[in-house]
Parts: sequence; C-alpha cells; structure tokens
Amino acid sequence: MKLDPSIRDQMLSAIPNLRAFAYSLCGNGDRADDLVQETLMRAIDKIDHFTPGTNLNAWLFTILRNHFRSEFRKRKREVEDVDGKHADRLVSQPNQVGRVEFEELREALATLPESQREALILVGASGFSYEEAAEISGCAVGTVKSRVNRARARLAEMLSVEVGDFTSDQQMRAMIGEAAG
Amino acid sequence: MKDRKTSARDEKLKQETNPDKTAKLGRDIQARIGEQLRAMYGDVVDQGVPDRFVELLNQMDKPRKGDKGGTSE
Repeated sequence: MKLDPSIRDQMLSAIPNLRAFAYSLCGNGDRADDLVQETLMRAIDKIDHFTPGTNLNAWLFTILRNHFRSEFRKRKREVEDVDGKHADRLVSQPNQVGRVEFEELREALATLPESQREALILVGASGFSYEEAAEISGCAVGTVKSRVNRARARLAEMLSVEVGDFTSDQQMRAMIGEAAG
Repeated sequence: MKDRKTSARDEKLKQETNPDKTAKLGRDIQARIGEQLRAMYGDVVDQGVPDRFVELLNQMDKPRKGDKGGTSE
C-alpha cells in the first residue's frame, strides 16, 4: 500500500492532536498511544474511503473516536453512568501523562459521562466547531451543544469547591481567630 | 427611555443587593477550566510525533513483500 505523500504528511501532522484527544479520552498514556496507532492503521487501510480535499483531521478523529468506543465496550461494560467508580479507576492508572497541575482537572473530567467528556474536548480543546464535533460524534449539533454545556456546568461545580470560596475562607479565618482567642 | 433607565437601575441595584458573586465566580471558573483544558491538551500536542508513529507510517508506506495487502477484503 502506497500512501499519497501529501496524505502521509497530513497524517503525520495530525498525530500530536490525535494523541492529545486519545489521552483525554483514555486518561492513560500507553493505551492512548495504542489507540492512535490502531487508528492510523485503520485509516491507512480505509484510505480509499477518504475524500481528498475534505477534512482529514476530522476523518481521523472520527476513526479514533469510533475505535475507542468499540474497544472500550469490548474491554469493559458500559461505565458511562458509574461516576465515581470509573473515575477512580481512570485516575489511579499508572503512566498518567501530563503534569500534576492538571491532576484536578483530569480527575474531574474522568467523572463526566463519556459522551460529555468527548464533546467538551472536541469543542473546548481540539478546536472543532460544533458542526464538526457533531459529525465526529455522529450526533446532532444540538446534542453536542447540550453535552458541552452540561460538561462545563458539571466541571465548574466540581472545581469551584477548590477554586476558593472566598467567603468561607473569611469565615474560616474568623472561626480560627475565635477559637484561638 | 424611562423604562430602560429604571430597568438599568434595577439591574444595578439587583447586582448590588444581590451580588451575583456566584455568576461571576462561575464565569471565572469557566474561563479557568477552558484555559486548563487547552493547556492540558496542548501539553500532549507539544510532545510532537513520537518515533513509533514515524516508523509506523514509514512501514505502512512501503510496499509489502507478501500479498497481505491484496487479500484484505
């Protein structure tokens, strides 16, 4: 199989983004890279299905996303709604990529339902439009929007606890002062 | 005009008496979440293309010796 050189170059330049997306979905570096590798192999295998001139990036993301979903289902039972338990598992995985400063965010992300996490990453980090994200996820644009909104609200709720509740900080200090005095 | 003025004042009053701290906090948090999300993502993007993928593409790109390619459906 001989790849068109321009397609090959485009694939190569899509890899950093594919990896970032895979990492966001998996929360595990090794598995993420395997996912990217399998995605590329599938893509090359199905390259005849790709329409030249259309968005190769989005096409690759679609393959990755679908592969992740089917693999995921194969390996584990549907975990979409099992918030905490699944989060624990994701978070405690070894070989976690990324710096410690993102730990909180990763933890919070891991508690989101899969479809919300996916939508949020595609729109909020990968930089796809709602329309492109809808195509990648195989759903309606409105669905993507509501998933993103719910994901944002949920994250805000979770992270706001840590981001500093100023009044309670004051109250706390007052309480400490009181107790000390 | 008068209505608008009143409603503007009411709005101001509402903000003062009922300081929408929650909303502001919400916006701050949203902005922070957005930043962090992109930073976390960018962290991986900045790692570039690991060798294994370059090798993979090179390998896939070479015409195979066997007839494996021809037998796939």
